[in-house]
Amino acid sequence: MADDEIILADLSDDELVLQMHDDLYDGLKEEIEDGVNILIERGWTPYDVLTKALVAGMTIVGNDFRDGILFVPEVLLSANAMKSGMFILKPLLVETGAPRMGKMVIGTVKGDIHDIGKNLVAMMMEGAGFEVLDLGINNSVEKYLEALEAEKPDILGMSALLTTTMPYMKVVIDTMKEKGLRDDYIVLVGGAPLNEEFGKAIGADAYCRDAAVAVETAKAWVARKHNQLSA
Amino acid sequence: MALTPPDDATLTRAGLAATGQGRTLLIACGALAHEILALKRLNGWAHLDLQCLPANLHLWPDRIPAAVEQAVCTHRAAYDDIFIVYADCGTGGLLQAKCAKLGVQMIEGPHCYSFFEGNAAFAAKADVEFTAFYLTDFLVRQFDAFVWRPMGLDRHPELRDMYFGHYTTLIYQAQTDDPALDAKAMDCARRLNLAYQRRFTGYGDLATALAPVAAAAAAQ
Repeated sequence: MADDEIILADLSDDELVLQMHDDLYDGLKEEIEDGVNILIERGWTPYDVLTKALVAGMTIVGNDFRDGILFVPEVLLSANAMKSGMFILKPLLVETGAPRMGKMVIGTVKGDIHDIGKNLVAMMMEGAGFEVLDLGINNSVEKYLEALEAEKPDILGMSALLTTTMPYMKVVIDTMKEKGLRDDYIVLVGGAPLNEEFGKAIGADAYCRDAAVAVETAKAWVARKHNQLSA
Repeated sequence: MALTPPDDATLTRAGLAATGQGRTLLIACGALAHEILALKRLNGWAHLDLQCLPANLHLWPDRIPAAVEQAVCTHRAAYDDIFIVYADCGTGGLLQAKCAKLGVQMIEGPHCYSFFEGNAAFAAKADVEFTAFYLTDFLVRQFDAFVWRPMGLDRHPELRDMYFGHYTTLIYQAQTDDPALDAKAMDCARRLNLAYQRRFTGYGDLATALAPVAAAAAAQ
């Protein structure tokens, strides 16, 4: 054992949480699993472990990605580490309950198999308390509509990486309009070649630059929707 | 003007400077330097000058419109016309909008994989080839610089299937007949755990797009 090796179990709660932020940043999956288990054993609620250790740590990762300090490979390693922590927490969250922010159906559009960004968004949305139904890749308008009908989510999220596939988002939104469904859902779109103008042009409610923005945008729109309903 | 491009590493990081000789300037991606210089040589387009921006701009597509704008503004006064040899290249229409604002034309298509194949033919295959990962001659030569290392696969090979798990085939769009590149492309497919297919495209729509530019420049 190296002299400077950190024993997670020897750290105070505050030190451990900060160490977990570091471990998430470094994509250390096993250390994150250990940290989650230690905090649970110490009596932390699963929700607090999720928000204070994992989501807060991943937010730092997201900010540094946005600022060009971290790059995709590092973010993927961090995401894998967070995913392993969430895998432990998910059943516990179901047992103990956690605030529910809303529900989202998300998927990559037809003809597009790129799901890294979509997976990050889905994970961060779950971390923020949203229930997420992930439709995966290559989704036709029919598949989106079936999921909306079956799941009745607050939000539809669509992702595309390719210039050639991103126009399909408009096909989905236009079909929702034709069927009189458009105003029943908040529609968020994202993906590398998209931008604010494109989001507006196709009739989405918002374009989300990254997973952190997606979470904040989703929270704001859901709150707005609830306010409208209660007015 | 020299018709021999600099080495790929220079084209990737620095690009290729214009010579100042010619009536029309082509402002192109460094990844297209070999092909454009070959077309100039084959067709005698000495009246077309070429400047290439660093090919590694493709790692940050959002930087392409501003880089093109800067190049256009720098060179506009010295040439009768400027033509942009970038496709959309992941800019989500922003490069097209920038070119329209600058009053310069650009090559059509979503990216070079499309115009090398021919935009119409490429679009026609979209429904059946959306699980294909494409490489051109340049990208085969520069596979490690443009794919392997930027994706972190040199340091974290375990990420490979997160990136490529949904792909099925690597299609090498060959601009030239080069058995060594064919072998290297096949090895790239093996490294990505994809089936391999070689498809000779030649210069495709790159040639047909540049021909009228060259003709117009000659007529000036």
